[in-house]
Amino acid sequence: MLETSKANGQNFTGSVRLIHAVGMHARPAVKLTKLAKKFKAHISIRASDAAEWTNAKSVAKVMALRAARDSMIEIKASGEDAEAAVAALVNLVATDFPESSP
Amino acid sequence: MQTHSTGLAYRGKTASIGLARGPFVRVDAAPNGKRASGTREDEKLAIRAALDGAGRQIALIANSAGDEAAQILEFQVAFLEDEYFLDPIYGIHAGAAADSAWSAALDEQIAIYNSAPNEYLRARSSDLADVRDRVLRILRDGVTQVSKVPDGAIVCADDLPPSRFLEIDWSNGGGVALLRGSPTSHVALLARARGVPMVVQLGAVAETAQTALLDGERATLELDPGVDQVQAFARRQQAHKNRTAAHAILRRPAPFWEGEKIRLLINIQRVEDLEHDHAQYADGIGLMRTEFLLGKDGHMPDEEAQYLAYDAVLRWAGNRPVTIRTFDAGGDKPVPGFTEEGEVNPFLGVRGLRLCLARPDIFSVQLRALARAALHRNLKVMFPMVTNPEELEAARNLFADKVARLQAEGILAKLPELGIMVEVPAAALTIERFGASFFSVSSNDLVQYVTACDRTNGALAKLSDPLHPAVLELIRRVADHGRRSGISVSLCGEMAGDPRCIPALLSCGLRELSVNPSALAQVKRTIEGLSRGGPRE
Repeated sequence: MLETSKANGQNFTGSVRLIHAVGMHARPAVKLTKLAKKFKAHISIRASDAAEWTNAKSVAKVMALRAARDSMIEIKASGEDAEAAVAALVNLVATDFPESSP
Repeated sequence: MQTHSTGLAYRGKTASIGLARGPFVRVDAAPNGKRASGTREDEKLAIRAALDGAGRQIALIANSAGDEAAQILEFQVAFLEDEYFLDPIYGIHAGAAADSAWSAALDEQIAIYNSAPNEYLRARSSDLADVRDRVLRILRDGVTQVSKVPDGAIVCADDLPPSRFLEIDWSNGGGVALLRGSPTSHVALLARARGVPMVVQLGAVAETAQTALLDGERATLELDPGVDQVQAFARRQQAHKNRTAAHAILRRPAPFWEGEKIRLLINIQRVEDLEHDHAQYADGIGLMRTEFLLGKDGHMPDEEAQYLAYDAVLRWAGNRPVTIRTFDAGGDKPVPGFTEEGEVNPFLGVRGLRLCLARPDIFSVQLRALARAALHRNLKVMFPMVTNPEELEAARNLFADKVARLQAEGILAKLPELGIMVEVPAAALTIERFGASFFSVSSNDLVQYVTACDRTNGALAKLSDPLHPAVLELIRRVADHGRRSGISVSLCGEMAGDPRCIPALLSCGLRELSVNPSALAQVKRTIEGLSRGGPRE
């Protein structure tokens, strides 16, 4: 369920199952984008069945994914703290957006 | 304008209960008009300023609104801080006005949400429409101040976004009437949390009216009501107020008298009485009557039907005690095929336990059902109309015999705690002779036997006084004996529910009263209001 891998020299990717009861709704989306904004890396996100990647730092775009419960979420990052960014975001989704998270 | 005796009435769906009457105020979300476009740079600055202004307004509302509301607004705040979404809008192409650029960008987003497969995401589109309109109001009308809604108004809108709801001061009453809206929306959640009545999905409603009556329970909105409507509404409002007050009383901790906790239990006639919405607040069931199980046609209930009824009540009560009284037929409760016929004076005849002991065929079935139900440890069984200790012992022996037989049949059974109802003066006067685990004073019959007044004879109403010193003296004896020997004593007659009698009962030493569920709140409030109430310092 939780995996990160170094796809090539610059990109790090990870995928995780969305277990939140209502899917990627407002609270999780706000938490996810707030966390993403803490990293310098360029971070993209997509729901497993989508072709397009979208900016993980934009709440409008993350909400527009309309990711449903139990869908797989893929995260891709490039840049200096990309590896940490993917790990942190995968962990946020895997732990179901805990209240103590940003 | 309004000349009819009845005004317009609409029916919708309940989103938040409660009733409110006040001035009718239409608030329409969508700002009108168009903005005259300036230079490209002007428009860029205008949209930035409007977004900042809207962001500040929402942050302000969120700060003063408490956690739950702040969470709801968090999404809007995040949205207005989303530079990845907003930046392209700043890059308005030459000639476009800020308002139309903004509107178009938001409408595109709203469409995405509206087409979402789940209701949750569709509901979020109203959050975005709210942000859109808030920014538009600034861009078009230069509105930076929140529009004031009069105190106690019935606010009517197509839909009402949470931020608009939170801007209104509801401390002086008022309510919300929505033409669309949903009972599961965020604003409905907020309305319920704040006790603001709200009706949704009213459809089309008149544009203007002076006053409105909003009934959150019946889900109705009445505009410019006639006198009859206002009066009927006032009655419903009062009833709602009473219900709310009763629940508030029942939710408070147990009342005290001279430092001792008063336990309030309920009397039930049948299992369905537990559906009364106050029953849940009782400390237990002080009296479950079982006569309802007796057939009307001489057809006696089988063991299984009885067991199921007892089991249901004991389960409902959980850890709380349940006192079940064995058949109390006879007196003014004749049962064909069971009670004696042709008794000249049935109140002094073969009734209660006397009758049960005379008819072991019927009594045994009840005792078997009770012995099985006794596996619920909260069961207590009480015998009515007991004069001498020998009757209690005879019943105990019969009961123990049924338990032994059940066990021999391989059926789980147990002898529960046994007590007696105290209603015969001879028993009250010699209460220390009874080897009971508990006593329950039945004031109705005790008063009748002590004052020698048939309680069904209206001509004797004055003489039949529950506060007669002789009655109180007997109650005191039983209570004193209970206190000395550590045996619980309760009272389950009409006296327990009569505010005039309650101080006397507490003074006699009683600390447990059992009343009908509908009297629970009134009794509790009466005890709370007595000067010797309050926990011991």
